[in-house]
Amino acid sequence: MRALDRKLLRDIATLKGQAAAIAMVIASGVMTLIISVTTYDALRLTQQRFYQDMHFAEVFAELKRAPESLVERLRETPGLNLVETRIRAPVRLEVPGFDDPVRGLLLSLPDGRQPALNRFHLREGDLPESGRSDQVVVSDAFAEAHGLRAGDALSVIIDGRLSRVRISGIVLSPEFVYQIAPTDLLPDYRRYAILWMNRRALARAYGMDGAFNSIVASLQAGASEAGVIDGLERALSPYGLVIAHGRDDLHSHRFLSDELQQLRAQAVILPGIFMLVSAFLLNIVMTRIIRTQREQIAVLKAFGYGNGTLAAHFGLLTGLIVLTGWLLGVVLGAWAASGLMTLYAEYFRFPEIRFRLQAWVMLLALGVAGAAALIGTGRAVWQAVAVPPAEAMRPAVPARFRRGWLERKLFGRLLDQPTRIIVRNLARQPLKSGLSVLGIAMSAGLLMMGTYQLDAVDHMIDTQYRLVNRMDVQLSFGNPVPTRVAGELRHLPGVTAVETHRSVPVRLIAGHRRYATAILGLDESPGLRQLLDARQRPQRLPPEGLLLTDYLARDLGLAVGDRVEVEVLEGPRRRVSIPLAGVVDEPIGVSAYMTRTALNRVMREGPAVNGAWLLIDQDQSQALFDSLWALPGVSSIGLISDAERGIREYMGDTVQMFALVFVLLAGSIAFAVVYNTARITFAERARDLATLEVLGHSRLAVSWILIGEIVILTLLAIPLGWAIGAGFCWAINHAFSMDLFRIPLLITPRAFAVAAGGVVVASSIASLMMARRLGRLDKVSVLKAVE
Amino acid sequence: MTEGARARMNAEPGQGGDPVGTSRPGAGSIVFEARGLTKTYRMGEVRIEALRGVDLTLYEGELVVMLGASGSGKSTLLNIMGGLDTATSGTVCYRGQDLTRASQAALTAFRRDHVGFVFQFYNLIASLTARENVEIVTDISPHPMPAERALELVGLADRMDHFPSQMSGGEQQRVAIARAIAKQPAVLLCDEPTGALDSRTGIRVLEALEQINRELRTTVAIITHNAMIGEMADRVVRLRDGLVESVMDNAHRRTASEMSW
Repeated sequence: MRALDRKLLRDIATLKGQAAAIAMVIASGVMTLIISVTTYDALRLTQQRFYQDMHFAEVFAELKRAPESLVERLRETPGLNLVETRIRAPVRLEVPGFDDPVRGLLLSLPDGRQPALNRFHLREGDLPESGRSDQVVVSDAFAEAHGLRAGDALSVIIDGRLSRVRISGIVLSPEFVYQIAPTDLLPDYRRYAILWMNRRALARAYGMDGAFNSIVASLQAGASEAGVIDGLERALSPYGLVIAHGRDDLHSHRFLSDELQQLRAQAVILPGIFMLVSAFLLNIVMTRIIRTQREQIAVLKAFGYGNGTLAAHFGLLTGLIVLTGWLLGVVLGAWAASGLMTLYAEYFRFPEIRFRLQAWVMLLALGVAGAAALIGTGRAVWQAVAVPPAEAMRPAVPARFRRGWLERKLFGRLLDQPTRIIVRNLARQPLKSGLSVLGIAMSAGLLMMGTYQLDAVDHMIDTQYRLVNRMDVQLSFGNPVPTRVAGELRHLPGVTAVETHRSVPVRLIAGHRRYATAILGLDESPGLRQLLDARQRPQRLPPEGLLLTDYLARDLGLAVGDRVEVEVLEGPRRRVSIPLAGVVDEPIGVSAYMTRTALNRVMREGPAVNGAWLLIDQDQSQALFDSLWALPGVSSIGLISDAERGIREYMGDTVQMFALVFVLLAGSIAFAVVYNTARITFAERARDLATLEVLGHSRLAVSWILIGEIVILTLLAIPLGWAIGAGFCWAINHAFSMDLFRIPLLITPRAFAVAAGGVVVASSIASLMMARRLGRLDKVSVLKAVE
Repeated sequence: MTEGARARMNAEPGQGGDPVGTSRPGAGSIVFEARGLTKTYRMGEVRIEALRGVDLTLYEGELVVMLGASGSGKSTLLNIMGGLDTATSGTVCYRGQDLTRASQAALTAFRRDHVGFVFQFYNLIASLTARENVEIVTDISPHPMPAERALELVGLADRMDHFPSQMSGGEQQRVAIARAIAKQPAVLLCDEPTGALDSRTGIRVLEALEQINRELRTTVAIITHNAMIGEMADRVVRLRDGLVESVMDNAHRRTASEMSW
């Protein structure tokens, strides 16, 4: 090994504290990149493979009823490749040992065999035998939630008639990767099931002999999805078409796409921010480390070492630190990503999530870390190497000091000698001091960003469940019922308040943009389901016109006063044009609102409702549920507290988990920055400090010179850190807005406190370490040694 | 005493008459030749004229001591001759090669292949042992002697694996000398090699330099403000205010061990 290489290794050993701190910063950046990219990549890849292997359909249509003979005509639709008809029936289930009502969706499968589209992945057992009417396959999430196995029995209520069936197999379907009930936002595997049974058996039970009410189809290569949908709509509209749509309007696919979109945004923004900070810190730290080696550089140059060799030497020093950080980041990132994938597997049901740490992701991380290092240290290395050897051999020029105007004008007389030294040290190199402040501020900003995510998610859920959804129970009826149902509900046990509503599935069209959602028809001033304005105050519904979630209005490019085309997807298909009367601020989900009476007019019906919200006395909830299920026409009962718990768990498992990891990383970065700054300050001042102590200054006064500088830098960094943190939060906020939820740009006092507190704690620890180091300093040897 | 030096002394008894010393019958071949060297630089807010027109010649195998007070320009002259620094004007040639016009790369190669430096404050690399501090030079020179032999020459055979912090100042300076001679340079340039040492240790260091000069026939230039050291030189060059004040040949070179201060 060459002596120069040995010097390199020993230098790293000497700098181990600082090197470890820098490596940690790099590891943090690499880790965020690995987590985000790997998670995104694994989920996307798994989705693609599963969709492909299972022949996932591209176009879907729901209708009232059409004769099977229609299928020949459908096959002629231009652009259509494969088409399959089927029957879907909403059902209720009874699971042995589970008292709560369970809703389900029962679909037909070709007699005893796999369909051509949306094939099943059999996790356990077999498909129903051909000709059997008492066998079903069930979705794996539902089976898992209830501990059901092949061979277990279930009761299914199809169209009011109870039939007993046995589970022949447990399956996964590409259509229900994210398995939620139509009105829900999050999965409830215990209370919502997807099942399949033989076509003939279901047709008989549901009164659909020789008919179908659902089709799935695939497209020919290059065919236009919109064109095929138009063709299907034309062919199916005489048969009570409800909706024909592509994958985008399929719940499962939409949620999965949203999640992927979020991960992708995350994969760019978060590592970007971390790497930016890493590059910056590398710059500060490496510049100073290299400066302390100035004399050695001059000696080596005097012996005839060339610029290239020396640049490579210091490049290697940086490189080894970067490599260590990268390796650590890859290992920790892979570990965290595989953990996250396990959490995702709970929400997205795939046969297996293809988690793999791809070479290109690791190389990307290395490239990004290397680029950050190059940007961070390239200039420092070059400046050091470019110094003429003789110049570095001269004694250091006494640094230029002046009394700054601040010191002259303001507190020159007030400062004691040590404090004056601090102020002059800082003021002498405003750029260096400024960079230190900026470095500490950035780590404070990272802390703020992480805390913001944790807090904002809580705030978002609080808004949704304290201000928007104020009901305890949400009921829906299969068909519209007269408004007097409110009176009947009020007399049920434990009901303390009732509000009814009408909900109509629609497609909103603005220019070329369309969005499938529902219009909720409410009282003019709903109490249990509030519509908030931009300042989170409840607003009244205008007598005419539509309100939209502000995110949806923006997404559709609509301003208040514009007209929205509304395609009604219930009953006879019609289009009406309704003006946008205002927007609603709500953090979770997107929807459209109008008064119930106006919605009844649009539907050309009398006063009718198809849902109700209740406030209940929790003590009587069991009696209430029993009597609710006894009511004819109730198709679903939702507990808001369950929904809230569900969404809190989901957010806790995904967004907040990420955020927590980032707070921890940000905390370690904050420490790394402050520690490095302190170490460098110590190295630069050791001689002055030893001199002062030898001259008879107290240990306390001397420590103050060192620690006071760190304290002042930290105090200056805090407000700047808040400003930088607010910028990071803004970037996160923009990246994470989607249909499912929008995190509000609301930075809590806690986030400010964590940012400030984090760097103060880091500074305190670093200061204590420096004070101890000062105590161990051998004054005499320091004074003897030559700079 | 070297043959060349003896020859010169015979031909031209010691006096300050010819400061330039361009032609010396019987002298060894010319190693360094400086003509009209000037150097101006800024140090902080002060403009310093370190050299104001220096003419000087060094011959192969001689031991020259350059005397001068602080600020006389002797270190600047040494730095320029060693290719560490460049002159503001004038020329300096090493064996006919013009250093003032050489590129940085050429200067680097010049230093690597021909010059050994010894600094006042040793400038050892603290993270390397004595042997490794020597190897850092032998690693890159074309015809080095083994690092161990260089350390033996300065009497440090038993201290090879010690770090600088484990050695005395004299030992450290001898490591620095070993480091400088290990590449078997044509010239050894020493800037106040005894400046930071006590008299006894200083003499040991000078003995080492003397031995190198005698045994390896290396041209040695020593900068010092200690006039006593001039007694061991073939020639003594005095600098003052950036100019050569006098050049004196030494009729009776004393050995380092005979000296004290």
